[in-house]
Amino acid sequence: MQHKVIDTKDVVIRFAGDSGDGMQLTGSLFADMSAIYGNGLSTFPDYPAEIRAPHGTVSGVSGFQVHIGSGDINTPGDFCDLLVAMNPAALKANAKWCKPTAMILVDEDAFDQAGMTKAGFQTENPFTELHVEDRALIVAPITTLTEESLKDSGMDAKAIHKCKNMFTLGMACYIYSRPLEYIYQYLERKFSKKHPEVIEPNKKVLNDGFNYAANIQAIPNTYTIEPAPQKKGTYRNITGNQATAWGLLAASEKSHLPLFCGSYPITPATAILEELAIHKSLGAKTLQAEDEIAGICTAIGASYAGNLAVTTTSGPGLSLKSEALGLAVMAELPLVVVDVQRGGPSTGLPTKTEQTDLGQALYGRNGECPVAIVAAHSPANCFDAAFNSAKIALEHMTPVLLLTEGFLGNGSEPWLIPSMSEYPEIKPPFATGVLAEGEKFKPFERDAETFVRQWAVPGMKGFEHRVGGLEKNHAGVLSTDPANHALMVAEREAKVQKIADFIPELKVDGPESGKLLVVGWGGTYGHLLSAVNTIREAGKEISFAHFDYIKPMPKNTAEVLSKFEKVIVCELNSGQFVNYLRGEFPKVDFKQYNKVQGQPFLVQELVDAITKEM
Amino acid sequence: MANLTFKDFKSDQEVRWCPGCGDHAVLAALQRALPKVSQALGYEKERYVVVSGIGCSSRLPYYMDTYGFHSIHGRATAISTGIKVANPTLTVWQACGDGDALAIGGNHFIHAIRRNIDINIILFNNQIYGLTKGQYSPTSKFGAITKTSPYGTVEHPFTPGSLVLGAKGTFFARSLDTELKLNEEIMTQAALHDGTSVMEMLTNCVIFNDGTHKDITDPAVKADRTIVLRHGEKMIFGKNHDKGLILDGMKLKVVTIGEDGVTEDDILVHDAHSDYIGIHMMLADMKYPDYPVALGVIRDVKDVTYDDGVRDQVKDVMMKSKIHSVDDLLHSGSTWEVK
Repeated sequence: MQHKVIDTKDVVIRFAGDSGDGMQLTGSLFADMSAIYGNGLSTFPDYPAEIRAPHGTVSGVSGFQVHIGSGDINTPGDFCDLLVAMNPAALKANAKWCKPTAMILVDEDAFDQAGMTKAGFQTENPFTELHVEDRALIVAPITTLTEESLKDSGMDAKAIHKCKNMFTLGMACYIYSRPLEYIYQYLERKFSKKHPEVIEPNKKVLNDGFNYAANIQAIPNTYTIEPAPQKKGTYRNITGNQATAWGLLAASEKSHLPLFCGSYPITPATAILEELAIHKSLGAKTLQAEDEIAGICTAIGASYAGNLAVTTTSGPGLSLKSEALGLAVMAELPLVVVDVQRGGPSTGLPTKTEQTDLGQALYGRNGECPVAIVAAHSPANCFDAAFNSAKIALEHMTPVLLLTEGFLGNGSEPWLIPSMSEYPEIKPPFATGVLAEGEKFKPFERDAETFVRQWAVPGMKGFEHRVGGLEKNHAGVLSTDPANHALMVAEREAKVQKIADFIPELKVDGPESGKLLVVGWGGTYGHLLSAVNTIREAGKEISFAHFDYIKPMPKNTAEVLSKFEKVIVCELNSGQFVNYLRGEFPKVDFKQYNKVQGQPFLVQELVDAITKEM
Repeated sequence: MANLTFKDFKSDQEVRWCPGCGDHAVLAALQRALPKVSQALGYEKERYVVVSGIGCSSRLPYYMDTYGFHSIHGRATAISTGIKVANPTLTVWQACGDGDALAIGGNHFIHAIRRNIDINIILFNNQIYGLTKGQYSPTSKFGAITKTSPYGTVEHPFTPGSLVLGAKGTFFARSLDTELKLNEEIMTQAALHDGTSVMEMLTNCVIFNDGTHKDITDPAVKADRTIVLRHGEKMIFGKNHDKGLILDGMKLKVVTIGEDGVTEDDILVHDAHSDYIGIHMMLADMKYPDYPVALGVIRDVKDVTYDDGVRDQVKDVMMKSKIHSVDDLLHSGSTWEVK
C-alpha cells in the first residue's frame, strides 16, 4: 500500500469511549490545538446524562466530535472521517456516524469477550456485524501499548490506564499532521502546580502514540488541513455557555450596574452559573438558590434593588419560573432569563439538544404576558446575544428570555476577540428630576414613544413606590377598573413590540426575492448555512434568512417574507416557530422541516428537504 | 437627618383589612418602631424596602409609605434575599402569613434562615388561610375544623419557632398582635440584629378563625398563660408575678415561688444571646396548657451573615484577581494571534 499525504479541505473526527475515558478532554484538546494551528472549527460534545454510566455499555458512551477545516466551518459535521472507539460499546454507538470512506481506530485490548458481551454484540466480528468492515480499520492494542510506554514511570496501573486517551490523541495527531507542542504546553499549564509528576509520562505516551501511528503500516493515508484564511487579530476558543456568561458581564460593565445571577444547577445551563461565580473580580454576585423559583425571585429582588439581574436555566427550570416571570412582566422590571434548551418534555433528554421551548417562551405564562425573546445562533454569538438581551431588558424595562441550546452551550468555536470599545453603552431609564412637594412618583407612567416606564431604585429619596403582581394604574395604585386593565395589557404588549425599532433588520443571504426562502432561528444557523451553500455549489439559487430576534421580530420581516413564493422553516421541534409565523403572517405560504430527536440537523437532510421544495 | 414619625411611614392607601383584624395592630407597631430604628441607626426613609408574598397580611407594603414589593405567593423571602444581596445598604422588612411562609414558601423560608441573610421577617400566624376564605394552614391545630377539613385535620401543625431554630436561626421572637409596646420593642431589636430576624405575631382572624389564640390571649388568663422573656431577666410570669421556670433534669418546669421551698433565686435567667440553642428550642416550644407560651425575643445571637459574606468575597477576589475589566477577561487564558 502506497502511503500518501493528502491535503484536504476539512475533516470530521469523532472521539468515543466510556464516559470515564476522557473523551471530552481528548476532543477539546484536539480542537484547541487545531484552532491555534489556524483551522476553522466547530465541536459537538454528545455525552450521557449519567456521570459514570455502567462501564462498557452503549448507554455509557461519551462522544466528542470535532470538525476542522481550511475554510469557515459552520457545523460539527454530519458524518466522520475518523472514528476513535475506545471500546466495543463506543464502536456500536457510533459506527452509524462513519462516512463510507472513514477510518475507524479501535483499542484492540478492549474488544475481549467481556467487552463484546457488555456492548451486546451477537457475533465475533463487531465490524461485520455493524456493516463497517469495508472501512479503513486501525486495530491497535492501545491499552497494552500505553502500559508498555509507562512501565517505568512509577505510576500505578489505574493511573496508567487513564493515559490511554493521550496515546490515542497522539495517533490522531499523526494522522492529521498536528504538531504536539500545544498539548505539551497544555499539560505543563494544567499540572505544573498540583501534579508535576504526571507531565512527563503524559508527554511520553502522547509521543509514543504519534510514533506508533507513524511506524505501523495500517494507516492508509495521512492528511494536512491548511490553516483557514482568517481576519487578523487575537482569537480564543469559546463555548456557548462561557460566551453567555461573558456577554452578561460585558453588559454589566456597559450599564455600570453590578451583575446579580440567581440560579439553580441544571443541565446543560449550569456552566453559566459556574463561569459567573469565578468572575467576582468584575463585581458579579452569584447566588446558588434553593430552587429554580428562588433563582428567578432573588433575581427579581436584585432587579428591583437596581442590579442587572439574571437567572439561568433549562426547560424544566423555565417551567418552574413561569409564575415569577409573570411577576417581572407585571412589575415591569429588567431581567434576563437564559434558557439553554434541552430535549423535553419533563426531564426528557437532559444532555441532548432541541429547540422545543419556544412555545413555552412565547406563551408559557398565565394572563397576557409578553416577554422579549432573543435567540443565539452559534457558540460565540452567545456573547452578543446575552449582551443584547441585557441591553433590551435594561433599556426597555422588561424581562428578556434568551434562548440558547445545549448544542450551543456545550459546543465551541474559535472567536476573534472583540474590544469592548466596539460595544455601546447601556442606558437604563432611571427616574430623574425632582418631584414637587407632595407629588408622588408614578411608577407606571410611560414614555410616549417607547412605552417604557422609569426605574426608581430603593435608596432614591422621594421616589418611594410599590410594585407587585396585582394590576395597577399608571400611578401605581391598585386597580380592577376594566378599562385600565385593558389599557395596561395593551401597553405592556406594545412596549415589547416597540423594541423592534431598536434591533437590526432581518438580513437575507442571497437574492431578496425568488421562489424559496429558507428560514431558521437559533442554533441551527450553521447547519442551515452549510446546507444553503451546498445547494449553491450545485449551481442553484437559494435565499436564507435567520432570526436572532423572535419577539419582537425585526420590523422588515413581513416585507422579506412577502417576496418569496414559498418559505421553508427548519427547526428542531414540531413547528413552533413556523406556527408563530403563520399566526403573524397568514398570507405567506409556509412549509416546514422538523426534527425532534435530541440531535442537531444533518446538513445532508436539510439539503434534501430544501431541494424537495425547489 | 429628618426626625421621622409614624406618620412618615403611613401611605395614602386605605387600609382594607377587616375591622378587628389583628393585622391592624401589627402595622401600627411597625409604623411606630421604624422611626425609632431610624433614630438609633441614622437611617433615611428611602432605605426601607417592605416585601410581601400573597395573603391578607401581604397587603402590608401598600400601607407603608416606603419602597415596597407585593410579590407572589410564598416567594417574598426569595425576593427579600435578592434585594438585600444586590444592595446590602437597604433595610428589608417582610410581611408574610403562615400559609405563605410555611406552606408554599417553606423552602425559601428555611433557606433564608440557614443563610442568615440580614432581613426582618414578620410572620403573621392566624392559623388559617384568610384571603381564600377559611382553609386550614400548616399551623392550624390538629383536628381543626375548616372548609377543607370539615371533619377536622389529621395532620400536625408546625411550631414556627421550632422550624426557625431547627434551621439554626439567629433571631426569633414571638408576640401577640395586640401587644403594641412589646411589638415595638421586638421590632426594634430585630432591626438591630444582623441576620435573619423572625418575629412570629399570633394574630386573630375575626372572620374565619376568631379566637384561635384565645386560650392565651383572653385578658383574664393571659398573664398566667404567657411569659414575656427579656434578656437578663428572670423567667417570672403570672398575674401575681409568682410563677417561674426552672430546669428539672432535661426539661423546663413551671414552679410557684414560695411553694415547695422555691425561691426567686431558683428561677432561670433568660439568656437570648446564649450559643446553646437547646434552651431556646425548649422555650420556643412551650405550649398551653403544660407551659406558658413564650413571648418576647427568645433568641438573638451573632453570626456571620450571607450578605456580608457575598460582599466581602467580591471585594477579596477583586483585590487578588488580575481581571478588572471585560477586556482583561476576554484576553485571559489561552489565546492566539493571527497576523
